[in-house]
Amino acid sequence: MASLECAFFKKRIKNPIILASGVLGMTKGSLEAACENGCGGVIAKSLTLEPRKGHDGPNIVETECGLLNAMGYPNPGIESGLAEFGGWARDEALIISIVGKDAGEFGQLAARVEEAKKTLGASAIEAAISCPHTPGYGTMAGQGTPESIKEITRAIKDKCSLPLIIKLSPSIPGEGKAAKAAEDAGADAINMGNSLGPGMKIDLARRKPILGFGVGGLTGPAIKPIIVRAVHDIYRSVKIPIIGTGGITTGEDAIEMMMAGASWVSAGSAVYYRGPKAFGEIAKEMKAWMEGNGVKSLPEITGCCP
Amino acid sequence: MKKVTNPIRTAIVRKVVDENYRVKTIELECDLPKALPGQFLMVWVPGAGEKPMSIGNSNPLTISVANVGKVSGELHELKPGGMVSFRGPLGKPFNIPERAKCILVVGGGYGVVPMYFLAKVARENKIDTLAVVGAKTAKDIVWEKQLFTVCKEVFITTDDGTRGMKGNVLAEAQRLIEGKKIDSVYACGPERMMEAVARLCMQHNVPCEVSVERYMKCGVGVCGSCAIGGKLCCVDGPVFSAQEALSFPEFGKAHRDASGRRI
Ligand SMILES: Cc1cc2nc3c(=O)[nH]c(=O)nc-3n(C[C@H](O)[C@H](O)[C@H](O)COP(=O)(O)OP(=O)(O)OC[C@H]3O[C@@H](n4cnc5c(N)ncnc54)[C@H](O)[C@@H]3O)c2cc1C
Ligand SMILES: Cc1cc2nc3c(=O)[nH]c(=O)nc-3n(C[C@H](O)[C@H](O)[C@H](O)COP(=O)(O)O)c2cc1C
Repeated sequence: MASLECAFFKKRIKNPIILASGVLGMTKGSLEAACENGCGGVIAKSLTLEPRKGHDGPNIVETECGLLNAMGYPNPGIESGLAEFGGWARDEALIISIVGKDAGEFGQLAARVEEAKKTLGASAIEAAISCPHTPGYGTMAGQGTPESIKEITRAIKDKCSLPLIIKLSPSIPGEGKAAKAAEDAGADAINMGNSLGPGMKIDLARRKPILGFGVGGLTGPAIKPIIVRAVHDIYRSVKIPIIGTGGITTGEDAIEMMMAGASWVSAGSAVYYRGPKAFGEIAKEMKAWMEGNGVKSLPEITGCCP
Repeated sequence: MKKVTNPIRTAIVRKVVDENYRVKTIELECDLPKALPGQFLMVWVPGAGEKPMSIGNSNPLTISVANVGKVSGELHELKPGGMVSFRGPLGKPFNIPERAKCILVVGGGYGVVPMYFLAKVARENKIDTLAVVGAKTAKDIVWEKQLFTVCKEVFITTDDGTRGMKGNVLAEAQRLIEGKKIDSVYACGPERMMEAVARLCMQHNVPCEVSVERYMKCGVGVCGSCAIGGKLCCVDGPVFSAQEALSFPEFGKAHRDASGRRI
């Protein structure tokens, strides 16, 4: 019998499929529903120091090959956010995501998570330094350079004792070097990655970009080949485990990502393509593939592709 | 070529009707035959934003907009010949039980708009509709004339008694539910009103559906802004059964703003 059960830092989770940050995860009720729908862990919506309304709409537009989104980090702020998500007592892992304008802000956010740690129930903290469509944050703030990654990683490790996942952008040059910088500065895992781009979609009747912000990050099937290649590069550059994120909508997509080097996968746009039950379905398909191919456990496939 | 599921469409405005001091009805030169009562459009105003609007009629496609902010304010500037861009129909529609003979619709404010559409479809299916329309004061009532064209009876209530019965919709709805054979009830309007109607129907064992509003962004079940209970208003709703709506801890109590903060 093939098993999808795996370790996630101090926890054992039922499968390696994790809800990606910013999809569904605005409320604890939604995170719980995602768990009921089959994922092994959930990454909550990214939290900033102060509440943010996010960009004007349209915030999401479907393209022929994936979704473009420019949400602009709407979130209730770290205080309300931790109160919303806290008290997590489920078997699935909860990961708190933080985003800051610079290492100083990341440090402050990490300190708030540390203070709340006892009652929070979170298994890890993730720092997204990779959003392509929010001024002041992520790639729009130059957070993808090895120097910046090191500085941010250290600032968080300094303040928060939870395992730290650094979420990188697939749109930076040298993902392997970037991941190595995070590892050297003390990161416990890498998430590759955020949305790609930014990209644009123009409405023909209006002759204008559709997204309220003009441009947005590309997610879904279109970006999977790039993420698979980036995970493959990172696997060769670091020893810490990797979450593969981008374009996973089927069990075979997840297996492919693991062969490239991922220990876990996360999925967001799959919810658009397959509905909220996507996680359970992906899990079932992974298991079927493993059984059909004589694979008993996940470590057998992680990084098996040379 | 692979096509997108919810493309943006742009239609020309045929007619703009001033309903009252804050509501305008916008009729488009286009039909949306797929649209069902209870569903909504995501209406895009370039430069202002994109907001959900209930479908008031599919043929011609019609929305009715209260001027309360940025997008709704821009829509109020539209004149015949102007353009409206939208995605949809989106969301789950109202359900009329099989073999229903008479339904009751309860609307408050612009909540009357989807109720007209529902009553119109009911009539096409030879089902009678009774309507209870509530408002603060006489000039807040919208779509009254249209309702009369598709309903068997229309009862009006105002808080100040300037039109119809003085009081709220609840007493009137109760009178009808207790006095007539009603197969199902539908409510759209202020959430406290819908909560009261939902409870009333549960007590009387009459099937009931309510149309719930939450701050929506993507409209297609991805971003999670419109979460209520473990569900999403945009794809699991906006129409929910009374039972399900009452099971949501937030129903009738708390909303969330654009940032996701509880308000
Ligand atoms: C499923 C669904 C159907 C809807 N159908 C309709 C419809 O048929 N007609 C219609 O006019 N609106 C409808 N709405 C509400 C609409 O989507 C917007 O919320 C409203 O138009 C405000 O958007 P705005 O950009 O103009 O205001 P914003 O600039 O976003 O907000 C301006 C101010 O108005 C307040 N506000 C926001 N919404 C409302 C509201 N509904 N009533 C009073 N104050 C408000 C805000 O809190 C803010 O203070 C519907 C909403 C949902 C979820
Ligand atoms: C609507 C939406 C909102 C998102 N919000 C966030 C966010 O707040 N923080 C973050 O780190 N990533 C965010 N992302 C990126 C996703 O977590 C994920 O990295 C990306 O969608 C690629 O995975 P997918 O192809 O499975 O969707 C968002 C993506 C989408 C589509």
